[in-house]
Amino acid sequence: MCMSVPRYWRERAYRYRLVGTECLSCGRRYYPPRRVCPVCHSRNLVEVKLPERGVVVTYTIIRSPPRGYEKYAPYAIAVVELLDGTKVLAQLTDIDLSEVEIGMEVEAVFRKIREDGEEGIIEYGVKFRPRLTGH
Amino acid sequence: MREVAIVGIGYTKIGELWERSLRDLFVEASLRALEDAGIDDVDALYVGNMMSGTLQEQEHLGALLAGYIGHPGIAAAKIEAACASGGVSLHQAYMAVASGLYDVVLAGGVEKMTDRLTPDVTFSLAMADDMEYTIYSGVTFVGLNALVYRLYMHKYGVKQEDIANFAVLMHENAVNTPHARFRRRVKLEDVLRSPLIADPIHLLECAPISDGAAVLVLTTLERAKKLTDTPIVIRASAVATDYLSIYERDDMLSLRATVLASRKAYKQAKLEPKDINVLEVHDAFTILGILALEDLGFAERGRGAVLVKEGEIAPDGRVPTNTMGGLKARGHPVGATGIYQAIDAILQLRGDAGKNQVPNAENALLQSTGGVGGTVAIHILSRAD
Repeated sequence: MCMSVPRYWRERAYRYRLVGTECLSCGRRYYPPRRVCPVCHSRNLVEVKLPERGVVVTYTIIRSPPRGYEKYAPYAIAVVELLDGTKVLAQLTDIDLSEVEIGMEVEAVFRKIREDGEEGIIEYGVKFRPRLTGH
Repeated sequence: MREVAIVGIGYTKIGELWERSLRDLFVEASLRALEDAGIDDVDALYVGNMMSGTLQEQEHLGALLAGYIGHPGIAAAKIEAACASGGVSLHQAYMAVASGLYDVVLAGGVEKMTDRLTPDVTFSLAMADDMEYTIYSGVTFVGLNALVYRLYMHKYGVKQEDIANFAVLMHENAVNTPHARFRRRVKLEDVLRSPLIADPIHLLECAPISDGAAVLVLTTLERAKKLTDTPIVIRASAVATDYLSIYERDDMLSLRATVLASRKAYKQAKLEPKDINVLEVHDAFTILGILALEDLGFAERGRGAVLVKEGEIAPDGRVPTNTMGGLKARGHPVGATGIYQAIDAILQLRGDAGKNQVPNAENALLQSTGGVGGTVAIHILSRAD
Protein backbone atom coordinates (compact mmCIF):
# COMPACT_ATOMS: atom_id res chain seq x y z
CA MET A 1 0.00 0.00 0.00
CA CYS A 2 1.51 3.31 -1.08
CA MET A 3 1.19 6.55 0.88
CA SER A 4 -0.99 9.24 -0.68
CA VAL A 5 1.13 12.09 -2.04
CA PRO A 6 -0.45 14.82 0.18
CA ARG A 7 0.52 12.94 3.36
CA TYR A 8 4.14 13.25 2.33
CA TRP A 9 3.84 16.72 0.75
CA ARG A 10 2.37 18.49 3.81
CA GLU A 11 5.38 17.57 5.97
CA ARG A 12 8.01 18.67 3.45
CA ALA A 13 9.21 21.88 5.13
CA TYR A 14 9.79 20.11 8.44
CA ARG A 15 11.46 17.09 6.89
CA TYR A 16 13.53 18.83 4.21
CA ARG A 17 14.65 21.94 6.10
CA LEU A 18 14.64 20.97 9.80
CA VAL A 19 11.89 23.42 10.69
CA GLY A 20 10.62 23.08 14.26
CA THR A 21 8.69 25.39 16.56
CA GLU A 22 9.75 27.72 19.37
CA CYS A 23 7.64 28.70 22.36
CA LEU A 24 7.62 32.51 22.59
CA SER A 25 6.68 32.32 26.27
CA CYS A 26 9.38 30.02 27.68
CA GLY A 27 11.84 29.75 24.79
CA ARG A 28 11.79 25.94 24.43
CA ARG A 29 12.17 24.54 20.95
CA TYR A 30 10.49 21.46 19.56
CA TYR A 31 11.15 19.03 16.77
CA PRO A 32 8.79 17.75 15.45
CA PRO A 33 6.79 21.01 15.52
CA ARG A 34 4.05 21.42 18.17
CA ARG A 35 1.16 23.88 18.61
CA VAL A 36 1.07 23.74 22.40
CA CYS A 37 4.11 23.98 24.68
CA PRO A 38 4.00 20.94 27.02
CA VAL A 39 6.27 22.73 29.51
CA CYS A 40 4.48 26.09 30.04
CA HIS A 41 1.22 25.32 28.16
CA SER A 42 1.53 28.44 26.05
CA ARG A 43 -0.05 28.31 22.60
CA ASN A 44 2.18 31.08 21.40
CA LEU A 45 4.59 29.02 19.25
CA VAL A 46 6.17 30.00 15.95
CA GLU A 47 8.03 28.01 13.31
CA VAL A 48 11.79 28.26 13.50
CA LYS A 49 14.62 26.98 11.30
CA LEU A 50 16.83 24.77 13.47
CA PRO A 51 20.67 24.76 13.27
CA GLU A 52 22.15 22.23 10.87
CA ARG A 53 25.13 21.32 13.05
CA GLY A 54 25.28 19.23 16.20
CA VAL A 55 26.88 16.30 18.02
CA VAL A 56 25.98 12.62 18.26
CA VAL A 57 24.44 11.92 21.70
CA THR A 58 23.92 8.20 21.11
CA TYR A 59 23.77 5.88 18.09
CA THR A 60 22.94 2.40 16.85
CA ILE A 61 23.56 0.34 13.71
CA ILE A 62 20.37 -1.09 12.20
CA ARG A 63 21.05 -4.61 10.92
CA SER A 64 17.47 -5.92 10.77
CA PRO A 65 15.68 -3.13 8.89
CA PRO A 66 11.93 -2.57 8.51
CA ARG A 67 10.09 -3.14 5.24
CA GLY A 68 11.20 -0.56 2.68
CA TYR A 69 14.68 0.03 4.08
CA GLU A 70 16.23 -3.38 3.33
CA LYS A 71 18.60 -2.24 0.62
CA TYR A 72 20.25 0.40 2.83
CA ALA A 73 21.13 -1.95 5.74
CA PRO A 74 23.32 -1.90 7.73
CA TYR A 75 23.02 1.82 8.47
CA ALA A 76 23.64 4.07 11.47
CA ILE A 77 20.91 5.99 13.32
CA ALA A 78 21.80 8.70 15.83
CA VAL A 79 20.19 11.10 18.25
CA VAL A 80 21.83 14.41 17.36
CA GLU A 81 21.85 17.39 19.70
CA LEU A 82 21.83 20.51 17.53
CA LEU A 83 23.79 23.62 18.45
CA ASP A 84 20.69 25.20 20.06
CA GLY A 85 20.11 22.12 22.27
CA THR A 86 17.19 20.70 20.26
CA LYS A 87 17.49 16.93 19.75
CA VAL A 88 16.57 15.14 16.52
CA LEU A 89 16.84 11.54 15.33
CA ALA A 90 18.21 10.73 11.89
CA GLN A 91 20.32 8.42 9.79
CA LEU A 92 24.05 9.06 9.51
CA THR A 93 25.50 9.03 6.01
CA ASP A 94 28.86 9.33 4.22
CA ILE A 95 30.55 7.50 7.08
CA ASP A 96 32.34 4.23 7.77
CA LEU A 97 30.12 2.51 10.35
CA SER A 98 33.14 1.58 12.48
CA GLU A 99 33.94 5.28 12.92
CA VAL A 100 30.66 6.38 14.48
CA GLU A 101 31.10 7.55 18.08
CA ILE A 102 29.34 9.51 20.78
CA GLY A 103 30.39 13.17 20.73
CA MET A 104 31.29 13.31 17.02
CA GLU A 105 30.38 16.53 15.23
CA VAL A 106 27.89 16.19 12.40
CA GLU A 107 26.02 18.38 9.92
CA ALA A 108 22.69 18.00 8.14
CA VAL A 109 22.46 17.03 4.48
CA PHE A 110 19.47 16.54 2.19
CA ARG A 111 19.19 12.92 1.06
CA LYS A 112 16.88 10.27 -0.32
CA ILE A 113 15.23 8.31 2.50
CA ARG A 114 13.53 5.51 0.56
CA GLU A 115 11.25 4.61 -2.33
CA ASP A 116 7.65 3.84 -1.51
CA GLY A 117 7.50 0.61 -3.50
CA GLU A 118 7.28 0.39 -7.30
CA GLU A 119 4.40 2.83 -7.65
CA GLY A 120 4.84 5.27 -4.77
CA ILE A 121 6.93 8.42 -4.66
CA ILE A 122 10.60 8.75 -3.78
CA GLU A 123 10.87 10.12 -0.24
CA TYR A 124 13.51 12.61 0.87
CA GLY A 125 14.63 14.06 4.16
CA VAL A 126 17.55 15.06 6.35
CA LYS A 127 20.47 12.81 7.23
CA PHE A 128 23.65 13.81 9.05
CA ARG A 129 27.25 13.33 7.94
CA PRO A 130 30.54 13.90 9.79
CA ARG A 131 31.24 17.65 9.85
CA LEU A 132 33.58 18.56 7.03
CA THR A 133 36.62 20.45 8.24
CA GLY A 134 37.25 24.02 7.16
CA HIS A 135 33.73 25.41 6.86
CA MET B 1 -15.24 3.11 44.32
CA ARG B 2 -15.78 -0.61 44.86
CA GLU B 3 -12.93 -2.98 45.68
CA VAL B 4 -12.09 -5.16 42.67
CA ALA B 5 -10.74 -8.71 42.57
CA ILE B 6 -9.54 -11.21 39.99
CA VAL B 7 -11.35 -14.55 40.23
CA GLY B 8 -10.31 -16.35 37.06
CA ILE B 9 -7.27 -16.72 34.81
CA GLY B 10 -6.95 -18.35 31.40
CA TYR B 11 -4.10 -18.45 28.93
CA THR B 12 -2.56 -20.33 26.04
CA LYS B 13 0.98 -21.55 25.79
CA ILE B 14 3.17 -18.89 24.16
CA GLY B 15 4.93 -19.81 20.95
CA GLU B 16 4.76 -20.06 17.19
CA LEU B 17 1.25 -21.47 17.14
CA TRP B 18 0.89 -22.09 13.40
CA GLU B 19 -2.29 -24.13 13.60
CA ARG B 20 -4.33 -21.54 15.49
CA SER B 21 -5.76 -18.13 14.54
CA LEU B 22 -6.11 -14.96 16.61
CA ARG B 23 -9.71 -15.81 17.45
CA ASP B 24 -8.87 -19.45 18.30
CA LEU B 25 -6.29 -18.26 20.81
CA PHE B 26 -8.54 -15.67 22.41
CA VAL B 27 -11.49 -18.06 22.72
CA GLU B 28 -9.31 -20.72 24.37
CA ALA B 29 -7.95 -18.26 26.95
CA SER B 30 -11.40 -16.78 27.65
CA LEU B 31 -13.16 -20.11 28.15
CA ARG B 32 -10.40 -21.28 30.50
CA ALA B 33 -10.65 -18.04 32.51
CA LEU B 34 -14.43 -18.37 32.86
CA GLU B 35 -14.07 -22.03 33.89
CA ASP B 36 -11.43 -21.04 36.44
CA ALA B 37 -13.80 -18.39 37.83
CA GLY B 38 -16.78 -20.75 37.78
CA ILE B 39 -19.08 -18.19 36.19
CA ASP B 40 -20.44 -17.40 32.74
CA ASP B 41 -22.26 -14.09 33.17
CA VAL B 42 -20.16 -11.39 31.55
CA ASP B 43 -21.02 -7.68 31.33
CA ALA B 44 -18.09 -6.35 29.35
CA LEU B 45 -14.91 -7.35 27.50
CA TYR B 46 -11.70 -5.43 26.83
CA VAL B 47 -9.22 -6.91 24.36
CA GLY B 48 -5.65 -5.65 24.55
CA ASN B 49 -4.12 -5.88 21.08
CA MET B 50 -1.66 -3.79 19.12
CA MET B 51 -1.31 -5.09 15.59
CA SER B 52 -4.37 -6.99 14.36
CA GLY B 53 -4.99 -4.18 11.86
CA THR B 54 -1.67 -4.64 10.13
CA LEU B 55 -0.89 -8.32 10.78
CA GLN B 56 -4.35 -9.85 10.26
CA GLU B 57 -5.97 -6.87 8.48
CA GLN B 58 -8.69 -7.24 11.12
CA GLU B 59 -9.97 -4.53 13.43
CA HIS B 60 -13.14 -4.36 15.55
CA LEU B 61 -11.89 -7.16 17.80
CA GLY B 62 -14.29 -6.27 20.65
CA ALA B 63 -17.46 -7.23 18.82
CA LEU B 64 -15.78 -10.05 16.89
CA LEU B 65 -14.47 -11.81 19.99
CA ALA B 66 -17.50 -11.08 22.22
CA GLY B 67 -19.50 -13.22 19.83
CA TYR B 68 -16.92 -16.00 19.60
CA ILE B 69 -16.67 -16.36 23.39
CA GLY B 70 -20.44 -16.83 23.44
CA HIS B 71 -21.50 -13.38 24.61
CA PRO B 72 -22.74 -11.34 21.65
CA GLY B 73 -24.45 -8.25 23.02
CA ILE B 74 -22.05 -7.31 25.83
CA ALA B 75 -20.08 -4.05 25.86
CA ALA B 76 -16.73 -4.74 24.21
CA ALA B 77 -13.77 -2.91 22.65
CA LYS B 78 -10.17 -3.37 21.59
CA ILE B 79 -7.69 -1.44 23.73
CA GLU B 80 -4.52 -0.31 21.98
CA ALA B 81 -1.50 1.26 23.70
CA ALA B 82 1.30 -0.48 21.78
CA CYS B 83 3.07 -3.07 23.99
CA ALA B 84 1.14 -1.74 27.02
CA SER B 85 -2.20 -2.73 25.47
CA GLY B 86 -2.61 -5.59 27.96
CA GLY B 87 -1.86 -3.44 31.00
CA VAL B 88 -4.19 -0.70 29.81
CA SER B 89 -6.91 -3.30 29.07
CA LEU B 90 -6.67 -4.37 32.73
CA HIS B 91 -6.85 -0.71 33.80
CA GLN B 92 -10.07 -0.23 31.79
CA ALA B 93 -11.61 -3.38 33.23
CA TYR B 94 -10.63 -2.32 36.75
CA MET B 95 -12.30 1.08 36.30
CA ALA B 96 -15.45 -0.54 34.89
CA VAL B 97 -15.93 -2.74 37.97
CA ALA B 98 -14.69 -0.19 40.51
CA SER B 99 -17.07 2.45 39.20
CA GLY B 100 -20.10 0.21 39.69
CA LEU B 101 -21.06 0.23 36.02
CA TYR B 102 -20.34 -3.48 35.41
CA ASP B 103 -20.10 -6.43 37.80
CA VAL B 104 -18.16 -8.99 35.74
CA VAL B 105 -15.60 -7.84 33.20
CA LEU B 106 -13.03 -9.76 31.15
CA ALA B 107 -9.62 -8.09 30.77
CA GLY B 108 -7.90 -9.87 27.91
CA GLY B 109 -5.06 -9.57 25.48
CA VAL B 110 -4.08 -11.34 22.29
CA GLU B 111 -1.42 -11.04 19.61
CA LYS B 112 -0.94 -13.32 16.63
CA MET B 113 2.48 -12.30 15.32
CA THR B 114 3.52 -15.26 13.18
CA ASP B 115 0.96 -14.56 10.45
CA ARG B 116 3.53 -12.25 8.82
CA LEU B 117 7.20 -12.30 7.85
CA THR B 118 9.72 -10.58 10.12
CA PRO B 119 10.22 -7.33 8.10
CA ASP B 120 6.45 -6.74 8.26
CA VAL B 121 6.32 -7.48 12.01
CA THR B 122 9.32 -5.17 12.50
CA PHE B 123 7.50 -2.42 10.61
CA SER B 124 4.28 -2.94 12.61
CA LEU B 125 6.09 -2.89 15.96
CA ALA B 126 7.73 0.40 14.97
CA MET B 127 4.24 1.95 14.87
CA ALA B 128 4.60 2.24 18.66
CA ASP B 129 6.71 5.31 17.90
CA ASP B 130 6.16 8.45 15.78
CA MET B 131 5.81 7.22 12.19
CA GLU B 132 5.97 10.70 10.61
CA TYR B 133 9.21 11.86 12.19
CA THR B 134 10.99 9.06 14.00
CA ILE B 135 10.36 5.81 12.15
CA TYR B 136 10.63 7.74 8.87
CA SER B 137 14.41 7.77 9.44
CA GLY B 138 14.59 3.98 9.12
CA VAL B 139 15.06 3.33 12.84
CA THR B 140 13.39 0.18 14.18
CA PHE B 141 11.83 -0.46 17.56
CA VAL B 142 14.90 -2.47 18.54
CA GLY B 143 17.02 0.43 17.32
CA LEU B 144 15.27 2.91 19.62
CA ASN B 145 16.04 0.70 22.61
CA ALA B 146 19.61 0.30 21.37
CA LEU B 147 20.03 4.11 21.48
CA VAL B 148 19.04 4.06 25.15
CA TYR B 149 21.27 1.02 25.84
CA ARG B 150 24.41 2.63 24.38
CA LEU B 151 23.82 5.92 26.19
CA TYR B 152 23.26 4.03 29.47
CA MET B 153 26.60 2.20 29.18
CA HIS B 154 28.34 5.44 28.18
CA LYS B 155 26.92 7.52 31.03
CA TYR B 156 27.20 5.02 33.88
CA GLY B 157 30.22 3.03 32.71
CA VAL B 158 28.23 -0.23 32.98
CA LYS B 159 29.49 -3.22 30.97
CA GLN B 160 27.24 -4.89 28.41
CA GLU B 161 27.69 -8.30 30.04
CA ASP B 162 26.11 -7.00 33.25
CA ILE B 163 23.03 -5.82 31.33
CA ALA B 164 22.85 -8.90 29.07
CA ASN B 165 22.91 -11.06 32.19
CA PHE B 166 19.22 -10.20 32.62
CA ALA B 167 18.41 -12.50 29.67
CA VAL B 168 20.33 -15.41 31.23
CA LEU B 169 18.24 -15.19 34.38
CA MET B 170 14.99 -14.98 32.40
CA HIS B 171 15.83 -18.20 30.56
CA GLU B 172 16.68 -19.85 33.87
CA ASN B 173 13.26 -18.90 35.28
CA ALA B 174 11.41 -20.11 32.18
CA VAL B 175 12.77 -23.66 32.44
CA ASN B 176 10.08 -24.42 35.04
CA THR B 177 7.27 -22.46 33.32
CA PRO B 178 4.93 -24.76 31.35
CA HIS B 179 3.48 -21.92 29.21
CA ALA B 180 6.84 -20.30 28.40
CA ARG B 181 8.17 -19.87 24.88
CA PHE B 182 11.79 -20.82 25.70
CA ARG B 183 12.13 -23.50 28.39
CA ARG B 184 15.88 -23.76 28.09
CA ARG B 185 18.95 -22.19 29.64
CA VAL B 186 21.34 -19.91 27.80
CA LYS B 187 24.83 -18.87 28.84
CA LEU B 188 26.04 -15.28 28.92
CA GLU B 189 28.48 -16.05 26.12
CA ASP B 190 25.58 -17.39 23.99
CA VAL B 191 23.77 -14.08 24.46
CA LEU B 192 26.81 -11.98 23.61
CA ARG B 193 27.70 -14.17 20.63
CA SER B 194 24.20 -14.10 19.12
CA PRO B 195 23.76 -11.84 16.06
CA LEU B 196 23.54 -8.09 16.50
CA ILE B 197 20.07 -6.79 15.59
CA ALA B 198 20.74 -3.11 16.36
CA ASP B 199 24.12 -2.49 18.02
CA PRO B 200 24.64 -3.07 20.90
CA ILE B 201 21.49 -5.24 21.18
CA HIS B 202 22.01 -8.92 20.37
CA LEU B 203 19.25 -11.27 19.25
CA LEU B 204 19.17 -13.09 22.62
CA GLU B 205 18.60 -9.80 24.44
CA CYS B 206 15.27 -9.31 22.63
CA ALA B 207 11.88 -10.74 23.54
CA PRO B 208 10.85 -13.17 20.77
CA ILE B 209 8.08 -12.69 18.20
CA SER B 210 5.31 -14.90 19.63
CA ASP B 211 1.62 -15.80 19.54
CA GLY B 212 -0.52 -16.00 22.65
CA ALA B 213 -3.69 -14.93 24.44
CA ALA B 214 -4.48 -14.39 28.12
CA VAL B 215 -7.65 -13.39 29.96
CA LEU B 216 -8.58 -12.34 33.51
CA VAL B 217 -12.05 -12.36 35.07
CA LEU B 218 -12.68 -9.31 37.27
CA THR B 219 -15.54 -8.77 39.69
CA THR B 220 -16.20 -7.05 43.00
CA LEU B 221 -14.24 -8.27 46.03
CA GLU B 222 -17.59 -8.92 47.71
CA ARG B 223 -18.67 -11.37 45.00
CA ALA B 224 -15.16 -12.77 44.65
CA LYS B 225 -15.20 -14.02 48.23
CA LYS B 226 -18.27 -16.16 47.44
CA LEU B 227 -16.64 -17.61 44.32
CA THR B 228 -13.16 -18.57 45.47
CA ASP B 229 -10.92 -19.09 48.49
CA THR B 230 -8.08 -17.26 46.76
CA PRO B 231 -9.40 -13.97 45.37
CA ILE B 232 -6.66 -11.60 44.25
CA VAL B 233 -7.34 -7.95 45.04
CA ILE B 234 -6.30 -5.15 42.70
CA ARG B 235 -4.79 -2.72 45.20
CA ALA B 236 -3.69 -0.19 42.59
CA SER B 237 -4.21 0.49 38.90
CA ALA B 238 -2.42 3.45 37.32
CA VAL B 239 -1.44 4.58 33.83
CA ALA B 240 0.92 7.37 32.77
CA THR B 241 2.31 8.61 29.46
CA ASP B 242 5.42 10.39 28.17
CA TYR B 243 6.60 12.01 24.95
CA LEU B 244 6.42 9.22 22.36
CA SER B 245 10.00 9.52 21.09
CA ILE B 246 13.07 9.38 23.33
CA TYR B 247 14.81 12.39 21.76
CA GLU B 248 11.88 14.61 22.82
CA ARG B 249 12.67 13.85 26.48
CA ASP B 250 15.16 15.75 28.63
CA ASP B 251 16.30 12.50 30.26
CA MET B 252 16.59 9.50 27.92
CA LEU B 253 17.76 7.13 30.68
CA SER B 254 14.63 7.09 32.83
CA LEU B 255 11.13 6.15 31.71
CA ARG B 256 9.18 9.01 33.28
CA ALA B 257 5.88 7.21 32.68
CA THR B 258 7.10 4.34 34.89
CA VAL B 259 8.06 6.79 37.62
CA LEU B 260 4.72 8.66 37.44
CA ALA B 261 2.49 5.57 37.25
CA SER B 262 4.36 3.64 39.95
CA ARG B 263 4.30 6.55 42.41
CA LYS B 264 0.53 6.85 41.86
CA ALA B 265 0.17 3.10 42.37
CA TYR B 266 2.27 2.96 45.57
CA LYS B 267 0.10 5.76 46.95
CA GLN B 268 -3.17 4.04 45.98
CA ALA B 269 -2.07 0.75 47.54
CA LYS B 270 -0.44 2.42 50.56
CA LEU B 271 2.63 0.27 49.88
CA GLU B 272 6.31 0.91 49.18
CA PRO B 273 8.85 -0.97 47.08
CA LYS B 274 10.02 -2.87 50.19
CA ASP B 275 6.51 -4.39 50.52
CA ILE B 276 6.60 -5.94 47.04
CA ASN B 277 7.42 -9.69 47.02
CA VAL B 278 6.94 -10.38 43.32
CA LEU B 279 7.86 -8.03 40.50
CA GLU B 280 6.90 -8.31 36.82
CA VAL B 281 8.80 -5.87 34.62
CA HIS B 282 8.55 -5.26 30.88
CA ASP B 283 11.91 -6.65 29.69
CA ALA B 284 11.25 -6.48 25.94
CA PHE B 285 15.02 -5.84 25.81
CA THR B 286 17.52 -6.47 28.62
CA ILE B 287 18.11 -2.73 29.07
CA LEU B 288 14.40 -2.14 29.75
CA GLY B 289 14.51 -4.66 32.59
CA ILE B 290 17.43 -2.79 34.17
CA LEU B 291 15.77 0.63 33.75
CA ALA B 292 12.53 -0.71 35.29
CA LEU B 293 14.33 -1.79 38.47
CA GLU B 294 15.62 1.77 38.80
CA ASP B 295 12.44 3.65 37.84
CA LEU B 296 10.25 1.52 40.12
CA GLY B 297 12.43 2.38 43.10
CA PHE B 298 14.32 -0.90 43.63
CA ALA B 299 17.75 0.40 42.63
CA GLU B 300 19.57 3.73 42.36
CA ARG B 301 20.02 5.25 38.91
CA GLY B 302 22.79 3.40 37.07
CA ARG B 303 22.74 0.55 39.61
CA GLY B 304 19.98 -1.73 38.26
CA ALA B 305 22.46 -4.27 36.88
CA VAL B 306 24.02 -4.67 40.32
CA LEU B 307 20.77 -6.20 41.62
CA VAL B 308 20.91 -8.75 38.81
CA LYS B 309 24.58 -9.56 39.38
CA GLU B 310 24.08 -10.07 43.12
CA GLY B 311 21.20 -12.50 42.58
CA GLU B 312 18.66 -10.17 44.19
CA ILE B 313 16.07 -10.58 41.42
CA ALA B 314 16.15 -14.41 41.35
CA PRO B 315 13.11 -16.24 42.82
CA ASP B 316 15.00 -16.67 46.12
CA GLY B 317 16.36 -13.10 46.13
CA ARG B 318 15.16 -9.91 47.80
CA VAL B 319 13.18 -8.68 44.75
CA PRO B 320 12.03 -11.77 42.79
CA THR B 321 11.53 -10.47 39.25
CA ASN B 322 9.84 -12.12 36.26
CA THR B 323 9.84 -15.45 38.06
CA MET B 324 8.23 -17.22 35.05
CA GLY B 325 10.78 -15.92 32.53
CA GLY B 326 9.54 -12.43 31.67
CA LEU B 327 9.05 -11.14 28.15
CA LYS B 328 12.44 -12.53 27.18
CA ALA B 329 11.82 -16.21 27.84
CA ARG B 330 8.15 -16.68 28.80
CA GLY B 331 7.47 -14.70 25.62
CA HIS B 332 5.99 -11.40 24.45
CA PRO B 333 2.79 -11.71 22.42
CA VAL B 334 2.55 -7.93 22.53
CA GLY B 335 -1.09 -7.10 23.34
CA ALA B 336 -1.39 -10.11 25.66
CA THR B 337 1.83 -9.50 27.58
CA GLY B 338 0.38 -7.22 30.27
CA ILE B 339 -2.21 -9.91 31.04
CA TYR B 340 0.41 -12.71 31.12
CA GLN B 341 2.34 -10.60 33.66
CA ALA B 342 -0.77 -10.52 35.85
CA ILE B 343 -1.23 -14.27 35.44
CA ASP B 344 2.37 -15.08 36.35
CA ALA B 345 2.03 -12.91 39.45
CA ILE B 346 -1.33 -14.48 40.36
CA LEU B 347 0.17 -17.98 40.13
CA GLN B 348 2.70 -16.77 42.72
CA LEU B 349 0.08 -15.14 44.97
CA ARG B 350 -2.14 -18.25 44.82
CA GLY B 351 0.83 -20.46 45.67
CA ASP B 352 0.57 -22.26 42.30
CA ALA B 353 3.98 -21.26 40.91
CA GLY B 354 5.57 -24.70 41.20
CA LYS B 355 9.34 -24.91 41.43
CA ASN B 356 9.74 -21.13 41.12
CA GLN B 357 7.34 -20.39 44.00
CA VAL B 358 8.32 -17.38 46.09
CA PRO B 359 7.58 -18.25 49.74
CA ASN B 360 4.78 -16.17 51.32
CA ALA B 361 4.20 -14.00 48.27
CA GLU B 362 1.67 -11.36 49.29
CA ASN B 363 2.07 -8.33 47.04
CA ALA B 364 2.98 -8.20 43.37
CA LEU B 365 3.72 -5.20 41.16
CA LEU B 366 3.30 -5.33 37.37
CA GLN B 367 4.83 -2.91 34.88
CA SER B 368 3.37 -2.96 31.34
CA THR B 369 5.28 -0.66 28.98
CA GLY B 370 4.21 0.66 25.57
CA GLY B 371 6.86 1.79 23.10
CA VAL B 372 10.02 3.00 24.80
CA GLY B 373 7.94 4.14 27.79
CA GLY B 374 5.36 6.22 25.91
CA THR B 375 2.70 4.49 28.01
CA VAL B 376 3.19 2.60 31.26
CA ALA B 377 0.49 0.78 33.20
CA ILE B 378 1.25 -0.26 36.78
CA HIS B 379 -0.86 -2.67 38.83
CA ILE B 380 -0.39 -3.88 42.38
CA LEU B 381 -2.09 -7.19 43.21
CA SER B 382 -2.41 -8.74 46.66
CA ARG B 383 -3.75 -11.89 48.30
CA ALA B 384 -7.14 -11.07 49.82
CA ASP B 385 -6.57 -12.86 53.14
